[in-house]
Amino acid sequence: MTHSDGYTTETIIGLEVHVQLKTNTKLFCGCSTTFGAAPNTQVCPVCLGHPGALPVINEQALELAVKAGLALNCDIPPVTKWDRKQYFYPDLPKGYQISQFDLPICAEGYLDIGADSSGTAERRIRILRAHLEEDAGKSMHDEASGQFDTRIDLNRCGTPLLEIVSQPDLRSSLEAKAYLNELKLRMTHLGISDCEMQEGSLRVDANVNLHIHVDGNKIATPIVEIKNMNSFRAVERAIDHEVDRQYDVWEETGKTIKDESKTTRGWDDQAGRTFLQREKEESADYRYFPDPDLLPVRIPRERVEAIQSSLGEMPGEVRERLQTEYGIKAYDAEVIVNQGKDFIDLYENVVTVCGDGKRASSWFQQDILRTINEQQIAVSEFPVSGNDLGTLILKITTGELDNSRARDVFQYMLDHGDTVEASIKALGITSVDSSELEGLCRELLTKNPHVVEDYRNGKQQAIGSLIGQAKKRNPNANPKTVRELLLQIVETL
Amino acid sequence: MLDSATEILRLQASGEASAVEITQLALERIHASQSGINAFTHINEEGAIAAAKAIDQKRQNGLPLGRLAGIPIAVKDILCTTDMPTTCSSKMLQNFVAPYDATVISKLRNEDAILVGKTNMDEFAMGGSTETSFFGVTRNPWNQLVTPGGSSGGAAACVAAGTVPLSLGSDTGGSIRQPAAFCGVTGLKPTYGRVSRYGLVAFASSLDQIGPLAWSVEDVALLSEVICGFEPRDSTSLDQPAPSLLSAIQSTDLRGIKIGILDDALARDGLDESIRRAVMDAAEIFKQAGAEIIEIKLPHSDHYVPAYYVIAPSEASSNLSRYDGAHYGHRSKKLASENVTKNGPLAATYCQSRSEGFGTEVKRRIMIGTYALSEGYSDQYYNQALKARRLIKGDYDAAFNQADLLLGPTTPTTAFPLGEHLDDPLQMYLVDLFTVGANLAGVPAISLPAGLSESGLPIGIQLQAPALHESQLIFAGAAYQAATQHHHLRPENFRF
Repeated sequence: MTHSDGYTTETIIGLEVHVQLKTNTKLFCGCSTTFGAAPNTQVCPVCLGHPGALPVINEQALELAVKAGLALNCDIPPVTKWDRKQYFYPDLPKGYQISQFDLPICAEGYLDIGADSSGTAERRIRILRAHLEEDAGKSMHDEASGQFDTRIDLNRCGTPLLEIVSQPDLRSSLEAKAYLNELKLRMTHLGISDCEMQEGSLRVDANVNLHIHVDGNKIATPIVEIKNMNSFRAVERAIDHEVDRQYDVWEETGKTIKDESKTTRGWDDQAGRTFLQREKEESADYRYFPDPDLLPVRIPRERVEAIQSSLGEMPGEVRERLQTEYGIKAYDAEVIVNQGKDFIDLYENVVTVCGDGKRASSWFQQDILRTINEQQIAVSEFPVSGNDLGTLILKITTGELDNSRARDVFQYMLDHGDTVEASIKALGITSVDSSELEGLCRELLTKNPHVVEDYRNGKQQAIGSLIGQAKKRNPNANPKTVRELLLQIVETL
Repeated sequence: MLDSATEILRLQASGEASAVEITQLALERIHASQSGINAFTHINEEGAIAAAKAIDQKRQNGLPLGRLAGIPIAVKDILCTTDMPTTCSSKMLQNFVAPYDATVISKLRNEDAILVGKTNMDEFAMGGSTETSFFGVTRNPWNQLVTPGGSSGGAAACVAAGTVPLSLGSDTGGSIRQPAAFCGVTGLKPTYGRVSRYGLVAFASSLDQIGPLAWSVEDVALLSEVICGFEPRDSTSLDQPAPSLLSAIQSTDLRGIKIGILDDALARDGLDESIRRAVMDAAEIFKQAGAEIIEIKLPHSDHYVPAYYVIAPSEASSNLSRYDGAHYGHRSKKLASENVTKNGPLAATYCQSRSEGFGTEVKRRIMIGTYALSEGYSDQYYNQALKARRLIKGDYDAAFNQADLLLGPTTPTTAFPLGEHLDDPLQMYLVDLFTVGANLAGVPAISLPAGLSESGLPIGIQLQAPALHESQLIFAGAAYQAATQHHHLRPENFRF
């Protein structure tokens, strides 16, 4: 992009994303990983770092990590190992975190972005590595009392995290957001992680700097790592803010990457700005060394291949398929896919029954999505079965029900949990005899001579007002049939 | 009778003695020895009697009894126990009671052993003299002016003092075998991974192993059979069935066994002549029993102690990080205000709690290890030591291609006077010269009593075997004890 004073700048962004793997138990012990339990109730000697306790690797975590790696097109090396990353903090009870230093479980990969409605060009973002590690506990600082009062909750301690490190290939906040969306979509689609930023099951740190082109030279600004971002929107805003800030600082001070080592800045969402957290990476020496309590893990080719073949379709592939198979628009396919695997499955189930992908899609975009949002339920908890939804939509296609009556039936099904037929019956919907309907139309035209007058004067839409009246008189009257009858009769009058 | 576990089993089976009587006797002797020897950090008076009563009851009711039923056993204070403190002889864990039993402790309880107490040790197993204990030194029953060795000094001394027939120690660089040698008892360090480390407070995780001490090879075999075996809670545990060891002592015929005598160890400067002679005598005895004796060299033996004193402190510096005063253990009560001003309250808490909670030797090793793992130094020290370790494994592989067992001294000298090496850590570290190799290579080794020096102090000889070949050590060790009386020698003041 070009700044006001004419210099062209390029934004360089690399993301470090932590996703919490959806395992039943922690990475090295049998404690539950359920979110929101009372503090320090999901702990044992192992995750408390008690003397003599030893870690044992959780196979499910390995499985999910490999799955994630494959979803990110990573190489899965045949051997991976564990290292201790050492630092003192009260929420790290062993004084070290079991992580992976030089042999991560997932090596180089990539993620393609821009094939959706994100508004960015299609690009390939390289992934440097993804490694497994245990989470630390949570420190809750209570400064209200004016004292140094910190409470530690170790429930989260030992929860499995996969840290996915991208190359600095992202060039805008929009690309960063597109990358995060695609990453989250894949992780949730494959059941690897919930990726709930609010619950901390997805965390993002962004490394940002600028390349400023001055008189044919490229000047790099010092790298800043941004932390504390609580939503993808916050990531986008923080990067935008940081880009402006770094440019301004460069203009003011002329400082480049050579003058200042990496600093860490926090994001203040309310103030809409970043603030300095750590002056420079005080050459944090974590004294990594291989954890002698754990053996290196061999991941045979066959195991990787077995996981690969169990992956199924990636979200992008589903998007494509929904468009070609059911003739729906790219945007609609994206909405469906973004809701996750259960939503896709429900949609396809409905289409199988009703045979009308487009009509089903429109119902999914509107009524079904609205219901899920209003009732705050998971797709799996949706109160109407795929079969019933399909049957309902089929009745619209065959003209048995009009859209508005179908909505009544849908609402009744939601409220009462009845089948389509039972709901139709309960609502007293019956098909109307055509002679009865014809009589009604004749009567309405006779009673409303001004409508006939208007029609004859070329105002076709005047007929519309009579459709409403017909529906009032007989709720089961199909508006389309009524319109056709009215038009037939008015010509004969 | 408290000098033989096998005898205790026999006496109880025949009804000549009850578990309660035996336990009471053990407790009496422990109390009587404490002021002089100080082998125990905790005496499990009530717990032991209650356990003994339960066993007598079981016997009366004709219920099945465990393999160690009614045998009083002492365990090194580095093994986690729910009913006794686990202090590691450190101020840091002075009042710490573990929330779970170590796997070996559960195994002892399951076999109806009587846990009579926890034994003294060098703080966090760092030392070779039991002088770095926060609870005072342990003295050698053979001569109270000399060390019982360490770090399992209490575990060796309590057997030598006739208080219990069996004890459990841990061996990271010789901490079972060296005190066994100094106290004239038998001590086995099993293959790395043979005994679950779950509940063994870690010193150097890649070297630590739990093992038994007793007067005789037979008793060592009895306890080893119980504690060995695969356990999924320890990822480094070997997926192998517990070895059958008692059956290995049926024969004393060593024909077909090749024993390599470590001749460069015998040529070392500073090796006591009496110890050199004991090793030569042992070779002769093995030869008499039918073994073939050959000479073996371990080409990199000069690197063993240096490699060990980089790897062990490196791992220790990490393993001991958890003692930060935040969660359990010693927390400094009064933070020096200048410390708080300088570093903030959190760092001051860490700093002062650790400064007060750890002793000099532990601090020294934490500093050495931290340095050796630091950026810019790890290639020179830690990574270099790992390379040396691979060479050492190569030494052993080559040696065991030629010989079934390796024979040499356990220690260069007999027990040294208390205080002698306390201000000279390098001298102290050299005491481990002959023992660290087995830890670095992960192979099993046993120290056998081999008589007394001119000054009346016990001598130990060491046999080492390939990984998982504990039965060979037991076999040859039992043959040696069948041909000698050394393991029947008792210190003068503790002949019961």
